[in-house]
Amino acid sequence: MTAYFVQAFIYLCAAVVMVPLAKRLGLGSVLGYLIAGVIIGPITGLVGRETTTIQHFAEFGVVMMLFLVGLELQPSMLWEKRTRLLGLGGLQVLVSTAAIGAVALILGQSWSVALAIGLIFSLSSTAIVLQTFNEKGLIKTEGGQNAFMVLLFQDIAVIPILALMPLLALPELQSIASELAHADAHHEELSLVAHLPAWATALVVLASIVGLVLAAHFLSRPLFRYVADSGLQEAFTAAALMLVIGIAALMGLIGLSPALGAFLAGVVLANSEFRHELEADIEPFKGLLLGLFFITVGAGINFSILSENLSTVVLLTLGLMVLKASILFGLAVVFRVHASDRWLFTLSLAQAGEFGFVLLSYSLSHHVLPEGLAQMLSMVVALSMFLTPILFILFEKVILPRYQTQETKSEFDTIDEKGKVIIAGIGRFGQIINRLLIANNIPTVVLDYQAGQVDRLRSINIKSFYGDASRTDLLVTAGINEASVLVVAIDDKSRAVDLVKNIKHSYPNLKVLARAYDRGHHYELRDAGADYVISETYNSALQMGGEVLRCLGFHAFRVEQLKRNFTSAEREHFDELFASWRHEGENRSFNDHYRQLFMSMEKKLLDMMQLDDSDRHSKTERGWTPPPKQYTDDIEKTD
Amino acid sequence: MTESQRILILFAHPSQHRSEVNLPLFEASKEVSGVTVVDLYQEYPTFNIDIDREQQRLREHDVIIFMFPLYWYSTPSVLKEWQDLVLEYGFAYGVEGTALHGKTFLCALTAGGAEKAYHCDGYNHFTIRELLQPLEQMANFTGMQFLPPFTLFAARTAAEQGRVSGHVDKWLRLLAVLAADAVDTSALRDKKTINSYIDGLAEEQS
Repeated sequence: MTAYFVQAFIYLCAAVVMVPLAKRLGLGSVLGYLIAGVIIGPITGLVGRETTTIQHFAEFGVVMMLFLVGLELQPSMLWEKRTRLLGLGGLQVLVSTAAIGAVALILGQSWSVALAIGLIFSLSSTAIVLQTFNEKGLIKTEGGQNAFMVLLFQDIAVIPILALMPLLALPELQSIASELAHADAHHEELSLVAHLPAWATALVVLASIVGLVLAAHFLSRPLFRYVADSGLQEAFTAAALMLVIGIAALMGLIGLSPALGAFLAGVVLANSEFRHELEADIEPFKGLLLGLFFITVGAGINFSILSENLSTVVLLTLGLMVLKASILFGLAVVFRVHASDRWLFTLSLAQAGEFGFVLLSYSLSHHVLPEGLAQMLSMVVALSMFLTPILFILFEKVILPRYQTQETKSEFDTIDEKGKVIIAGIGRFGQIINRLLIANNIPTVVLDYQAGQVDRLRSINIKSFYGDASRTDLLVTAGINEASVLVVAIDDKSRAVDLVKNIKHSYPNLKVLARAYDRGHHYELRDAGADYVISETYNSALQMGGEVLRCLGFHAFRVEQLKRNFTSAEREHFDELFASWRHEGENRSFNDHYRQLFMSMEKKLLDMMQLDDSDRHSKTERGWTPPPKQYTDDIEKTD
Repeated sequence: MTESQRILILFAHPSQHRSEVNLPLFEASKEVSGVTVVDLYQEYPTFNIDIDREQQRLREHDVIIFMFPLYWYSTPSVLKEWQDLVLEYGFAYGVEGTALHGKTFLCALTAGGAEKAYHCDGYNHFTIRELLQPLEQMANFTGMQFLPPFTLFAARTAAEQGRVSGHVDKWLRLLAVLAADAVDTSALRDKKTINSYIDGLAEEQS
């Protein structure tokens, strides 16, 4: 047990020291993790062979990441992009495989080995690329979107590649292996389909996927409802983890990629009201596991193999990346990816990826590649992953600035995406706001922490999400970084104030509009930094007061004037009352001083409204006041 | 030449998302130093005009400009409301109402019809200057110098025909002349619009 703690401490320590440092130096977190891995692995030897085991565990971070990616993708959006997905992704895998395989043939490998190498190297690193995209905010760019389509296709392509690998087995390796197999009791992986004939396997796989989609669609909601109603945060976290781990287990049992299964479940849940809460819960696990994964990549670099074959490995890596990059560049031209996005697309996907490791160990165990070659190739994969963050830096520092000056001049920069509005609290108040915005095609994200309320709204087609809006991480997944306005309309008074305070602290530029319950709450929200506060009953009460005046025989337009004057008098006194309330500091109740002030204000208001001196314009009469009866006499005199 | 004149533009356009000429004029005016621009529909969407603030603005400027699209041969309603409320007895007229004396007043407007329609023989029967007579008399009555309107005719097709940028350039030249207080008012006495006068100035210079 203690040994585990020591290990964990070493990993965490390396990450805690290196990642912020790398980030500060502008290298990005991925490179930070990789360097941390190199330091604790090959350089100091603090960690040893267990890195491979940990790596398999940490690959689960990739599964979680794809689940999160799926959550961001509506099925309809995916369908819209099918040509990019199949065309761009498919061509990338095919052309890269062919080209890399051809080079391997020329270098003297047999065709089956060459094909295996081509397949292994054609894949890129979803983990590094998506993590970096998210970190640098590149995922929404054209280049980022296209790169994502390719990565998604690759993740799907892994499955047929895994199926193909055993067919490429080398007979001489196989015969050695079969001898060994007799000596060593064959260790079977846990599997549902290992002993089934091919048609039955296909049937089981199909049934599982359909079952997964249906379960995610129909069963997840009552389950999450049940958990959410308990109000226990950790129960929901457990449910979210259970979902992802369950999918990974199921996929493993039927021999499919857990990442793909998680992605699929994510897409199915993309329309769910629990989406943002799920994201917020899975996010930290994903982050830690991915970090761990990158560390193991760094730690797994075998310096003795590397130094023995240094020039070969470096040459192969550079050659591979140049080859992949030129194919990507060509595809970008064909698929009309423009300007800086073309370079982003090219540079981001030029590495070999974590699936490379998986496929290498798989091909080793299926006797496709000899061991020495496989080890060298895995060095190439690791090195190319290591170089990728550097390419991102190159893109950011050298390529992007060159295009930015060009692009700002062109007309592309007009507002093509309106800032999102986040509405926290979707009771009667929030609903009206949301309806007004939706009716005018303004995208909103609606959050409420009462699952029942969210359910009712969903039943009348108002898109809303379950989640506690006072949690900052949840607001982040709801897109607060891209939002321009946050509307706070939650019922709990003190939580509303806390929310405003936190948000204004972390996002001073975001406009925060808050609904106040009463006068005291109004002051508190203003004090917390809300840009605009409205008391929920003020306008309707004023309207009703106006109706009373009309019933008493006042002319409608006169009523409007009186209401306006009342409002402006209120506004004038507001600041004074606010200052008095604020002055009281910690014990902010409506004390005597405030009460006196309020009463004197009321009196002033009364005086002002009633002053109706016919000679001098009273405040209420200001405007449309006729001039004095004999005013033309003066004018005629001067004429 | 006196020191530079302070110019106030009161812009009234109730559907700016459809504006093709007025909005570019307004935006270009914002960039000119010494010019204050006020979007009346932005500041008073419910017509709740702040009389004190508007009177203070008038006091602080030497040239007052109404900028608007012509609606039924007159200004959009917020400008009429603005007149009704802001030009009070005792401020703009009456024995003590001398706040506007000596200032210059001008309209910058766009009209749907072609120039020949705004003529006694055309289908609108009156020239733009004739139609704006209530405003001309408002200026006279409050002691302001009235200048003929800066007008773009056939404004609905101006964008398609590429006439907007030339019009904006001309407007900026006029603002410069106004700021320098270099307008020859005697030359403008009987002019229907001020446009040809600016063209003339440009020719003199070149």
